[in-house]
Amino acid sequence: MVSEEVSKLLERHEGKQGALISILEEIQARYSYLPQELLREVAVQSGRSLTDVYGVATFYKAFSLQPRGKHLISVCLGTACHVRGGPAIADELEKQLGIKAGQTTPDREFTLESVNCLGACALGPVVVVDGHYFSNVKSSQVKEILEKSKKGLDIVEIDTDERIFPIEVSCARCNHSLMDSEHQIDGHPSIRVTVSFGQRHGWMCISSLWGSYNVTSKHEIPYETIVNFFCPHCHAELIGGASCSECNAPMVPMVIRGGGVVQLCSRRGCKNHILDLGGTVFE
Amino acid sequence: MVTLTINGLQVSVEEGTTLLEAAKFLNFPIPTLCHMEGLSPYGACRLCVVEIGEGPRSRLVTSCTYPAEEGLVVRTTSKRVDRARRMVIELLLGTCPQSKIIQDIASKYNVRQQRFRQEYDDCILCGLCVRMCAEQMMAKAIGFRGRGETRSIGTPFDVKSDVCRLCGGCIYVCPACQLRCTYNQPEKAVCGGCANIAAPCLKKPEFEDMMCYMDPCVACEIKKD
Ligand code: FES
Ligand code: FES
Repeated sequence: MVSEEVSKLLERHEGKQGALISILEEIQARYSYLPQELLREVAVQSGRSLTDVYGVATFYKAFSLQPRGKHLISVCLGTACHVRGGPAIADELEKQLGIKAGQTTPDREFTLESVNCLGACALGPVVVVDGHYFSNVKSSQVKEILEKSKKGLDIVEIDTDERIFPIEVSCARCNHSLMDSEHQIDGHPSIRVTVSFGQRHGWMCISSLWGSYNVTSKHEIPYETIVNFFCPHCHAELIGGASCSECNAPMVPMVIRGGGVVQLCSRRGCKNHILDLGGTVFE
Repeated sequence: MVTLTINGLQVSVEEGTTLLEAAKFLNFPIPTLCHMEGLSPYGACRLCVVEIGEGPRSRLVTSCTYPAEEGLVVRTTSKRVDRARRMVIELLLGTCPQSKIIQDIASKYNVRQQRFRQEYDDCILCGLCVRMCAEQMMAKAIGFRGRGETRSIGTPFDVKSDVCRLCGGCIYVCPACQLRCTYNQPEKAVCGGCANIAAPCLKKPEFEDMMCYMDPCVACEIKKD
């Protein structure tokens, strides 16, 4: 299992410059840390010595050899944030989480790390949780930040972020609505289609929120596979002839209620989608 | 062939020769620590500094890594070199005051005081052992890990390496000498090379399983609380 995974990774990256770093980055993205087993496997399969692989893995701060928590909290201790009170925030975070910077809480919820300047000095002191920036943080806000992160910052954002709005779509051929109010994603009815890839066939629900990439499906769809989309009502394939500008996979068109067409890239993991509301094009 | 001047003497050397080798050819002594014949030059200890160029454009370089250039003017013992070298020695002494090799160099260059806090570290990160392991023993069992303050040398994951053949080469070349010595924790040992020498730690019961190359090392005496 592990060896297969690694050999696939190697196939993709080997021969390129800096391949090792890309490989480690992918492993890190997948497991949120670098498991010992995988590092050993990378060394064996790529013909590098384990010492070299380990050296690279420990050199870069972006890599972690310990499992990380669900949420990553980075508190900035760069010069600007330092004079604006960063250390007090770090202390408060350490106190409330009961861990030191660089550690993970025993329940694997939070990992705390300190960083040296995030390039947002004017906003200091800066705390970043799972990619969400908190600026001008005061120690009294720490508790709130932690609670918010526990609930999940993405949900909070979907409610308040104006760039995200729900759309309603139907099949281009039979005009039957594709919305499924029984199966909600991100708190809104999802778009239900039938998909097939390889030998597999089944339903998939896509978030109807423009800007959200959440999907659920009957079968786990591996990244990078191109899937065929079908209307669950008339069983026609949803295909338009356009192909993705980023990865060249066919685009999947759906008609938007109220006029317009939305096109999604049919490659899993490719985030390209186009909204055409008759004239104005969002990408 | 390139011709250069070292301390006023002209010398022609083959292209690719380092300043250190050229100076040695002329018998000008340059102290070295991280340099060893048979291992690739690394330039870690900075002990071998020399001054090149003239006037305000002169600068200090490490002679063990700097290749000879046509017309280069080199001084191996200028005032500036001397000052820099003594500072390097002082710093090395601060890191590893217990190392006999460093002490010897200090006494040779008449460094009698040492203004930095003594760390009693067991490694100066000169990389000799790493290169020995990779280039002469073809094992690559040990390497550098981490960076900055937390940079260290050791095996991956701090467990005994599968590719280590216990040759002891790393301990043999170590100028801090007790680098690989794990005192009374034989399970962590990288080396197990020889038990033939009467190192002081070997005579104590708690070090019974240990082996040590470094006869006059005495590091274990200092380190062990
Ligand atoms: S110092 Fe914190 S963002 Fe620059
Ligand atoms: S001998 Fe040249 S830097 Fe160490």
